[in-house]
Amino acid sequence: MTAVPAGRPGGTRIGRFRLMDAQRVNLDGFAVEDAALGLIAFDSPDDPAPSLVVRDGRVVVLDGRAEDDFDVVDEFVARHGLDLSVADEAMGLPDVGLARMLVDPAVARDAVVRLVAGTTPAKLARVLATLRPAELTIAMTKMRARRTPSNQAHVTNRSDDPLLLAADAATAAAFGFREVETTVPVLGDAPSNAVAVSVGAAVGSAGVLVQCSVEEATELVLGMRGLVSYAETVSLYGTEQIFVDGDDTPWSKAFLTSAYASRGVKMRVTSGGGAEALMGGAEGRSMFYLESRCVALARAIGAQGVQNGGIDSASVAGAVPRGVRSLMAENLMVMARGLEACTGNDALMSESDVRRTSRTMPIFLAGSDFVCSGFGSIQRYDNMFGPSQWNAEDLDDYLVMQRDWGVDGGLRTAQHDDVARLRRRAVHAVQAVYRHLGLADLDDVWAEQAIDAAGSKDVPAADLMAPLAASRMIRETGLTMVDVVAALDACGFDVEARRLLGLLRARVRGDYLQTAAIFDESFRVLSLVTDPNDYTGPGTGYTPTAPRQTEIDTVRQQRSVADLRAEQAHGASDTLRVVRAAAGGSDPRDVVIGVSPAVGRAIWTTLSGLAVVDVLDELLAGLEEEGCVGRVVRVNATVDLGLIGLTAARLAGSGIGIGLQGKGTALIHRRDLAPLANLELYSVAPTVDGPLYRLLGANAARHAKGATPEPARNPYSDEAIEARYHTRVVALVAIERGCCGPTPPEELELA
Amino acid sequence: MSDETASDPLEDAAPAGTAGHDTALDGLLDGVRTGTVTMDDFRITPDTLRHQADVARAHANPQLAENLERAAELVDVPDEEVLALYELLRPRRASATELEAAAASLAGRGAVRNAALVREAAAVYARRGLLRPA
Repeated sequence: MTAVPAGRPGGTRIGRFRLMDAQRVNLDGFAVEDAALGLIAFDSPDDPAPSLVVRDGRVVVLDGRAEDDFDVVDEFVARHGLDLSVADEAMGLPDVGLARMLVDPAVARDAVVRLVAGTTPAKLARVLATLRPAELTIAMTKMRARRTPSNQAHVTNRSDDPLLLAADAATAAAFGFREVETTVPVLGDAPSNAVAVSVGAAVGSAGVLVQCSVEEATELVLGMRGLVSYAETVSLYGTEQIFVDGDDTPWSKAFLTSAYASRGVKMRVTSGGGAEALMGGAEGRSMFYLESRCVALARAIGAQGVQNGGIDSASVAGAVPRGVRSLMAENLMVMARGLEACTGNDALMSESDVRRTSRTMPIFLAGSDFVCSGFGSIQRYDNMFGPSQWNAEDLDDYLVMQRDWGVDGGLRTAQHDDVARLRRRAVHAVQAVYRHLGLADLDDVWAEQAIDAAGSKDVPAADLMAPLAASRMIRETGLTMVDVVAALDACGFDVEARRLLGLLRARVRGDYLQTAAIFDESFRVLSLVTDPNDYTGPGTGYTPTAPRQTEIDTVRQQRSVADLRAEQAHGASDTLRVVRAAAGGSDPRDVVIGVSPAVGRAIWTTLSGLAVVDVLDELLAGLEEEGCVGRVVRVNATVDLGLIGLTAARLAGSGIGIGLQGKGTALIHRRDLAPLANLELYSVAPTVDGPLYRLLGANAARHAKGATPEPARNPYSDEAIEARYHTRVVALVAIERGCCGPTPPEELELA
Repeated sequence: MSDETASDPLEDAAPAGTAGHDTALDGLLDGVRTGTVTMDDFRITPDTLRHQADVARAHANPQLAENLERAAELVDVPDEEVLALYELLRPRRASATELEAAAASLAGRGAVRNAALVREAAAVYARRGLLRPA
């Protein structure tokens, strides 16, 4: 089966469809809705109607199923997940009534959370299915637990290279990520990865939490030894069969949840719509209803938070109608149950940049506890979870999107020299720690490559066996984070030693076990308890502090007029000199080139990168080729190119003038035309090159002689030419205006 | 690292957050240096977990509170036993008798909430065919 239907029988497809077929979005798979297979986002015919029957304080019917028939998910939710004191009230509300409370800024978040605690999975699924995308965005703005948004990074590479992991973890921390998740292509490498990423993140910033996603029991051991500071890959599923296929039950997961807390380690669970369909076990239910069961279960087992929004099955949801909408609704469901939301946007769900941006946008605008549950802070090819929705390639896009919308997506601009310094320090720290602990001797050639690398392909010196050997040593010696701290301290990395010690100490206090907890850079806990979301409509809720707003606004690419002026000054020369006040000519071969006020004073280079004097040379040469003589006159009184050209034409003996702005825009004018009319306009300055200016000069001469000009076409471009140059145009025009004055036109001489 | 002296620009790499000196951390670091501080010193206590449970309850999450109460009971259960209990609760790992023995052992140490969780699991596993096949 082809993704795109064939064209006319026996014939070729028409050009318009060949064009459309070739677009990247058509690499994505789109499925016909099929409820039997679970390929349906909302409202499968087999989703149960919401119902709850309580007898003597015990749930005996849940969503149409009697307790004798409860599967493991029903059972755990029925026994632990529901607040029966509000169940009557909540279940009695119309779906739309509760939906309106989610959106209405006048209804406090707490009031909604209280009621939602009494809703069954089927009820909450129906309520959230009524919300439109813009309503989901408002509801998410209000319902997320933590006031301050944040973001999580993936830091992995193909070779589990500890030096590159350290450098990349430091880089992620520098860009503002407050959680860093690593994983392994080779399971045995997990302990080494955990150490390298923890050390690297500590170089980048204080208080960055680190996890290593591996099999459940292995991950718990890493946590017990202090080698990671949180856990996330504790998976929940919406059907009994898939749950058991995953080698767990709600009771084993509940126990695991408590086990983490007993060691003072933060954890959240993972679920996501489409997982059951992907594993062939959806039992005819919609993705959203099954996810509602997962989220109810997450609350029931006492997890503080959930990573969902499709996750590894995001593209399954993305393949069906309203699937992307359901992914966001899943996240909101977590928030409505009062839990920390780590809102997907991790596994790449489309080949299309437009589509993946569209999928993330409303969540990005609303703000989330973690916008991405894994922004690939490394390049796509190095992401051992698979390419992410956002990757190192997209970091600048994301930073600019924050700036465009004035929203806090959790990231900040990092300067080149700072990142370079942090990468060097991170690499040296891991090199020193591994040597000190006898884990591995990672050589300097490798280290230098890792510091500079944009990805693991740039580190050919990496020894693939080193992480495995180091990991074996870590396991066999029972090495803990305390040993790592001691090694850092002994090797002179006292700042990092203290930061990692601070994370260990945080376990003792337990404040970061509360919902949606992260640390800020001063090790203060931000959570539902210490930093509760207080959005109640416009003018309330999270607003970035002034310094944070500056971080968001100040992208490294921005330029001021002063920057542009300095750049122009760089090209200054003394080749243009005023020789006299300009006078009218009488020679019929006399063509005047009028230049704008800043030419020869403050603007020396056009937008195409040509020196203005070189442009004048081309124009003069073109005039000469056709037997005319050019004069250069600076028009000081106006920045308007039409008037400059007209002024020049009126001074010219031939009545033909050329207007040239310093930025390179040019036209041909005639003395009897209105200012805004002209004979030829070369408007796209960045694309006008030397030969075209010469043709312009020649054509001006042909107009002067009454001959037929050669057609000149502005060069074609499909680039966002205005996006590239408009900020510079504004600055250049400002410079032109600054040079504007009452001085009459002056004739210039080219040295 | 010895080759990174004070004049080395790397020394400036320590970002903000180090101001406002944390003297308690100094003490811990001294302990790490002398080997008197170990991972055991970073164990949360049952009382702290119960306090956190109270906080969770006050913030409208009784399930999180219950989890933290269960955790309080597990603080003194050794790592290996915690891992073994998790394994026992996975599908078809244990017989009803084994689960009951684990529950009784937990209850005997005052871990009554965990014991109840294991007993509840045993009953449901029996009904849903998730006990270890004989």
